[in-house]
Amino acid sequence: MTGLLPSPLGGSLAVAVCWLLIAALALLPARNSLFARRIAFPLGALAGLALAALGLRAVWLPPESLVLPLGLPNLPFHLRIDPLAGFFLTLLGAVSAGISTYAAGYFRDEGARRVALIALQYHVFVASMAFVMLADDAYLFMVAWETMALSSYFLVITDHKLPSTRSAGFLYLLIAHLGAIAILLCFGVMSGGRGDYTFDALRAAHLSPQWATVAFLLAFFGFGAKAGMIPLHAWLPEAHPAAPSPVSAMMSGVMIKTAIYGMVRVIYDLIGGVRWEWGMLVLAVGAGTMLFGVLYALMQHDLKRLLAYHSVENIGIILLGLGMSLVFIGSGHPVAGALALIAALYHTLNHAVFKGLLFLGSGSILHATGLRNLNDMGGLIRKLPKTALYFLVGALAISALPPLNGFVSEWLTFQAALQAPILENGVVRSLVPLFAATLALAGALTAMCFVKVYGIAFLGKPREAQHAPAGATGHDARGMELYGMAWLAAGCCMLGLFPSAVLLMLNRVSASLTGQGLSAEALKSSWLWLVPTATQQASYAPIIFLAVIVAVTLLAYLLVRRFYHGRVRFADPWDCGFAEQSPRMQDTADAFGQPIRHVFGPLYLMDRRLPGPEDPAPRFSLKIEDRHWYWLYLPVARLAEFVSAKIALLQQGRVSIYLLYSFLTLLALLVFVR
Amino acid sequence: MNLSAGIAFQVLQSVFVVLAAPLLMGWVNQCRAWLQNRTAPSVLLPYWTLAKLFHKDAVIARDASPLFRLTPYVLFGCMWLAAGIVPVLATGLPFAPAADIIALVGVFALARVFSALAAMDIGTSFGGLGARREMLIGFLAEPAMLMTLFTAAFISGSTQLTTIVDTLAHRAFAIYPSLAFAGAAFLMVLLAENARIPIDNPTTHLELTMVHEAMILEYSARHLALIEWAVAIKLFAYMTIGIALFMPWGIAAAGDWSALPLAIAALLAKLALAGAALALLETLLAKLRLFLAPEFLSAAFLLAVLGMLTHFLVQA
Repeated sequence: MTGLLPSPLGGSLAVAVCWLLIAALALLPARNSLFARRIAFPLGALAGLALAALGLRAVWLPPESLVLPLGLPNLPFHLRIDPLAGFFLTLLGAVSAGISTYAAGYFRDEGARRVALIALQYHVFVASMAFVMLADDAYLFMVAWETMALSSYFLVITDHKLPSTRSAGFLYLLIAHLGAIAILLCFGVMSGGRGDYTFDALRAAHLSPQWATVAFLLAFFGFGAKAGMIPLHAWLPEAHPAAPSPVSAMMSGVMIKTAIYGMVRVIYDLIGGVRWEWGMLVLAVGAGTMLFGVLYALMQHDLKRLLAYHSVENIGIILLGLGMSLVFIGSGHPVAGALALIAALYHTLNHAVFKGLLFLGSGSILHATGLRNLNDMGGLIRKLPKTALYFLVGALAISALPPLNGFVSEWLTFQAALQAPILENGVVRSLVPLFAATLALAGALTAMCFVKVYGIAFLGKPREAQHAPAGATGHDARGMELYGMAWLAAGCCMLGLFPSAVLLMLNRVSASLTGQGLSAEALKSSWLWLVPTATQQASYAPIIFLAVIVAVTLLAYLLVRRFYHGRVRFADPWDCGFAEQSPRMQDTADAFGQPIRHVFGPLYLMDRRLPGPEDPAPRFSLKIEDRHWYWLYLPVARLAEFVSAKIALLQQGRVSIYLLYSFLTLLALLVFVR
Repeated sequence: MNLSAGIAFQVLQSVFVVLAAPLLMGWVNQCRAWLQNRTAPSVLLPYWTLAKLFHKDAVIARDASPLFRLTPYVLFGCMWLAAGIVPVLATGLPFAPAADIIALVGVFALARVFSALAAMDIGTSFGGLGARREMLIGFLAEPAMLMTLFTAAFISGSTQLTTIVDTLAHRAFAIYPSLAFAGAAFLMVLLAENARIPIDNPTTHLELTMVHEAMILEYSARHLALIEWAVAIKLFAYMTIGIALFMPWGIAAAGDWSALPLAIAALLAKLALAGAALALLETLLAKLRLFLAPEFLSAAFLLAVLGMLTHFLVQA
């Protein structure tokens, strides 16, 4: 039977090629968007499903590799699939299946050329991500990485007529390339000048501790730039919201996860010999990223920007898991390290699913109302009941509430942090639980933020009674859009309810990567129970949890009905007897964040204009800016401009001078090359 | 322990908590009235209030969504679930391993998110105000609570409440400095999470100060009754968590029927004491301004973190 199934590597390659073919077909001239909507995106979704299945199989099979006679002469492409790649391919396939399905419905009302271009870039984008995960040499990896950056750049500037979109795209491209340079240098350091860039050779190379640390730092910041880690996060809240919603979902859900893949691949697999000091750096940056992300998310009133800041936050949570795992492994506790790594990878998967779902939900809101500003929304649960339901699932999941999936990975991260007493170094031992405290803080702040989002957008009354902006359809998501969201919402539930299955899979990934999985007792518990170390120490049974909560809630309902009555009268809201109510008196998104501004005031760069008491036309304005712009980005930009101005002196515009330059260059070359 | 006896204990404890919770509320109110030189209401008053509310017709705002009507049941269910996790009468209950302390905090968070969402559902100004304040208090109280529980978890090497209680109840009597910090932090969290003075005042409807009451303004009749009952169970659950962590002696093991009378007697005595202490605290303290609440709670958070660090310094 297994002989009939395609091998995971061949199959994944076929899926990636299929995506490229779809992209090529989208180039064909078309009169309307029917081809893209009816064929390209649904086919892409099916390919995604196939990829998810293949990836899942690869987790359980021994690694496979392949050399493709493509690329430069004497420099063929090496491909390899192992459990780590299999896991990330599953993530890519499963999440992109939902997003592609949604996209098939989403681009209903747009022009043929625009949709065809999106379909082209979108499929190149997903295919390049698959190649990133399949690559087994630095050359193919960088080619795929850059293809991914470029195709997503073009997706970001889909609305290139807006200047803000163009500048967001430029910023993205710039930071993506800074990251790419760091990654390239990292590969260079690892190869140590031997010129062999296959991953096998890099794995075999033994770096001195100093060079290993240099390679680690390059990889950490190179991939971190793509992941949106501070201080290289500035592009993320600009670029993700600028793209069409399915693309934002893809970028926030999957693309930033390729950076996590790269980080894990390079640090654990290629560099090896992990040190705990690296882990402390990752922990510190992760905690900073997490708190920064959620605190700025609370200040946003643009729904998509808010979600983008939450991506920053969740990358921080993932980094926290990775950091703990490095600390544990580096100080000789591989079992605890495996637990932390599993927690990080679990959160990677969870974030892909719920953030994809939330961005798709924001797309449906945008479609129906034309609004992105939370302050203009309100009462959407009545207009868009289905979107509201799916969005609620996503919101509860990202707020790490049981029994959904976000809770499971945060629970595992806490469990990993609680392993701290086994560490020998006293400072590290007390610092690791402190980072867990910041995680608790961030989790509670996220819940606050999503109460704000859901309460302001979906609940309450519509705020400004205004005419809908042009292009608003006014109706709920339907057809393919709904299926896409339902798939991801089901993912949130399943990953939350059956964590032990995911745990087994991730255990395999960890075992193949670090040579160490979880303890035997953790693995032999039944599927109902999630046990990270031993039942005595900690366990969690989401199914029982859900069953009890549903049973108890139902019982309460039935008892009330049985012994009392179900009579209801409908009336105007009471509101403490206050008669003159208008929708404008509800909280706005900015008002909801006000207590946080008050508590964490020094963290924000705030420009607030309050109207004076005698102002005839009172206007309140509030602008929150990211401090990083002023201490990091703008100085660097000024420096770059200064240096370019100096270099521009070379450019005289006279041919004779240029010939002189050529002559001098040749002379110099003759000195060196002899 | 056989399973059927365990399940019997589990059911017994859950029913006991739900039925006894309003009594604790009544006791606290009575003590407070005595301390404040008022004529005390009957200790059974909360039961009569609940019965009255259940008999009334529910009045619901016209544009309420299904979420609004679902929330009281969810709240009640969450609190009931919490009552099943906490070792109130016995340790080693069969349901206990399904959720540990982190999940317990998660249940409280779930209830908080639902009540805040329901408050924003009608779209009144007070609802949104209450929701915002509740989430402000919650985001600081929740980590402080987790850190308190983690300190206890580090002592016993487990996040299972039942294991923690077993360890703490059967150790040689020793004073843990870390638990002293954690106890102070826990008390502060208890006051904040249960909408008590100094963070909130359960007896006021003053617009400027109310938090929890502002969220449930639009509820009436059976919905309000369920919420009030859930609030009572929450207070009961918090008090029993405190008892389980800081004075666990006398608790029975599941299935051990002979130890049950003693366990009930010990629990009632401890609760009576704790309730009286709560009333005393509420009488002595004044309500803080809302923006002092973050300071109060960050102090709780720091105390809990200090407790954890003390554990590493002193006991490791």
